[in-house]
Amino acid sequence: MRNAKFKDLTPIIIRPNTSWFSIDWKEIVEYRDLLWFLVLRDFTAIYKQSILGPLWFVLQPLATTVVFTVIFGSIAKIGTDGLPPFIFYMSGMVLWNYFQGVMNGVSGALIGNAGVFSKVYFPRLVVPLSLVISNLGQFALNFLMFLGFYLYYYYFTEAKIHPSLWIGLLPLLVIQCAAIGLGVGLWLCALTVKYRDLRFALPFLAQLWMFATPIVYPASLVPEQWRWIVAINPMAGVVELNRFIFFGVGSVTQDILIGGFLASLLLLVSGLLIFNRVQRTFVDTI
Amino acid sequence: MTIEPAISVSHLSKRYHLGVISRQTLQDEVRYWRYKTRGKDPLRHMGRIAPGQGRKAGDAQFRKGSSGPTGDEDRSMGHPADPHGFWALRDVSFTVQPGEIVGIIGRNGAGKSTLLKILSRITEPTEGEAFINGRVGSLLEIGTGFHPELTGRENIYMNGTILGMKKAEIDRKFDEIAAFAEIDEFLDTPVKRYSSGMYVRLAFAVAAHLEPEILLIDEVLAVGDEQFQKKCLGKMEAVGREGRTVLFVSHNMGSIAQLCQKTLLFSHGKISRFGKTPEIIEYYLDESSTRNKKGFSVPEDVHKKIYFSDIRTLNMEGKQTDNFKHNEPITVAIQCRINEWVSNSMMGFFVTDQRGRKVFTSNYMQWRDVDPGCDRVCTSVVIPGNILVPGKYFMTFAVHLPRIEFIDLVSDAVSVTIIDGGSTFASEAGRDYGCVFVECQWKSETLR
Repeated sequence: MRNAKFKDLTPIIIRPNTSWFSIDWKEIVEYRDLLWFLVLRDFTAIYKQSILGPLWFVLQPLATTVVFTVIFGSIAKIGTDGLPPFIFYMSGMVLWNYFQGVMNGVSGALIGNAGVFSKVYFPRLVVPLSLVISNLGQFALNFLMFLGFYLYYYYFTEAKIHPSLWIGLLPLLVIQCAAIGLGVGLWLCALTVKYRDLRFALPFLAQLWMFATPIVYPASLVPEQWRWIVAINPMAGVVELNRFIFFGVGSVTQDILIGGFLASLLLLVSGLLIFNRVQRTFVDTI
Repeated sequence: MTIEPAISVSHLSKRYHLGVISRQTLQDEVRYWRYKTRGKDPLRHMGRIAPGQGRKAGDAQFRKGSSGPTGDEDRSMGHPADPHGFWALRDVSFTVQPGEIVGIIGRNGAGKSTLLKILSRITEPTEGEAFINGRVGSLLEIGTGFHPELTGRENIYMNGTILGMKKAEIDRKFDEIAAFAEIDEFLDTPVKRYSSGMYVRLAFAVAAHLEPEILLIDEVLAVGDEQFQKKCLGKMEAVGREGRTVLFVSHNMGSIAQLCQKTLLFSHGKISRFGKTPEIIEYYLDESSTRNKKGFSVPEDVHKKIYFSDIRTLNMEGKQTDNFKHNEPITVAIQCRINEWVSNSMMGFFVTDQRGRKVFTSNYMQWRDVDPGCDRVCTSVVIPGNILVPGKYFMTFAVHLPRIEFIDLVSDAVSVTIIDGGSTFASEAGRDYGCVFVECQWKSETLR
């Protein structure tokens, strides 16, 4: 016990304006238990005192998909690359929901926990990271539902579904979703500390972004002069790639892949930096 | 071998940028710039302050606490060199050796909480630096991170890890924490169903089992009932005995005197004194009582036959003060004007405590021997030390014809605050051990 105390005797140094790039990852690892309990808290607390409980994780996206199928599939009759509209929409929604969950959660991480942050110190990045993980649980349930429908369509219908070995890439896609959601969320989080207006704009912006992403339409239907939007929108690449690995359809081009990857990386890194910058003194401004 | 200090702070300063805080909406921002470009003082025009009205820096606490519209006031009040904010801390340097328990006192807004916030890394300083050798635990609040929907058990883990404990550490101490909180049967009930007492007990139980080398504590003792405060004090004393370093902010001089060997006195963001606790407390109380001289005010109605024109409380050196140690005699100097002498009148006073209970009454029988021809009488009365227990007291003075009429009566004419200067009950601070100290004569004989 005594020895343990002397082992970690690196003094804590408190100084103003440490550089933008000083994120103490070691410290975050130190707080991994907190990370875990935050994840557990998110899981257990959200749906307590609701009858259906975690079933809501599944019902929500299911209902959305049904609505899309009726409106965009049966009424507007937007093409779906020859896939059954239902599974086509669901494949997009599964990843989009994860991304949006992370983005929404992370964007409120500082303001929403201001009470805690102004009373106790722990690496504040732990909260956004916990949201990335806890949303993963929701994603898993969503994905299982998708998998069920996917197998149904594959074995029991004539739909032209051509799975490929690329399915193994799925974890990478999920990670990319998390990176984009985290990056954008951290930006929003840092900005809402000063401009509360963003909180009201966020649901609207999220909706716009969703329609700019090939979820209710395939990227192949996007006219040539709008292709660049798809290329710089990293979520577009993720959604299209997801369709490609599961169904063997979709227009996955090099520019979408590379553009999407670079955009995701840029969002994540810049988000981390701006968040790190703001979190150090944000309790003075809230 | 030289021992490294546990905490070493050098030239630490913190400035709050008020402009950023106060103009929160776009509308405000636009109005602010409109006034500014027209060369007017935006603050006066935006109704933030009445002309000529300034606030003392002591009110600073309100400003940073609530990000409300009071923020910009600072500009009008004597920081010409710095139009963008005010310094909550200015050039603060000190060191604390391992194992020392240091009290931090000062008026509201003096910078105590800001210092603790910087040392616990909740916010960062504007200038200067601080080194801390060891694991820091800060208790600026208890129950931080409690979630109402989670059970007591879940919240112990949640709160514990937020305070910096590891899961394994909590596992090890879990039974102890649950026992300390006395909530065994409710461990699996959501805390929103807890009584407020249970909630506080649970929160404190977790905090009490935090075992860092350095503890930063801010007024946590101010919450909870007497029993709970007692428990906290006991726990803090135990912490001290274990040789851990503690910084303890409090307004309760009794607990500071009891727990801390050394004390830092803050005033206007700077350290005004740092030294042995009794000396610092004495200095602080002295300073605050001279600043706060209002006390008794001369009455308006001077047509009474006899009236009180001045009442003040003095310490043994004859200096006016309203703070006394429990064992210090209190001298009350009373001046009366006499327009017309009333024979058989009597002077008396009674002392009430904070709850309005009368503690005692005393009458001055020899008042009737006063020379009836005089027009002014100076009287003094001494309340011996070792009678009033720590707390605040009010004295009501009267000149009266017993059971017939009051010639002059001044309710709560003066008030005094008694602090524990090291009584045998010091460790019972906050607990009701009676209204007075009585030196009883104990005796025992041993028989075989």
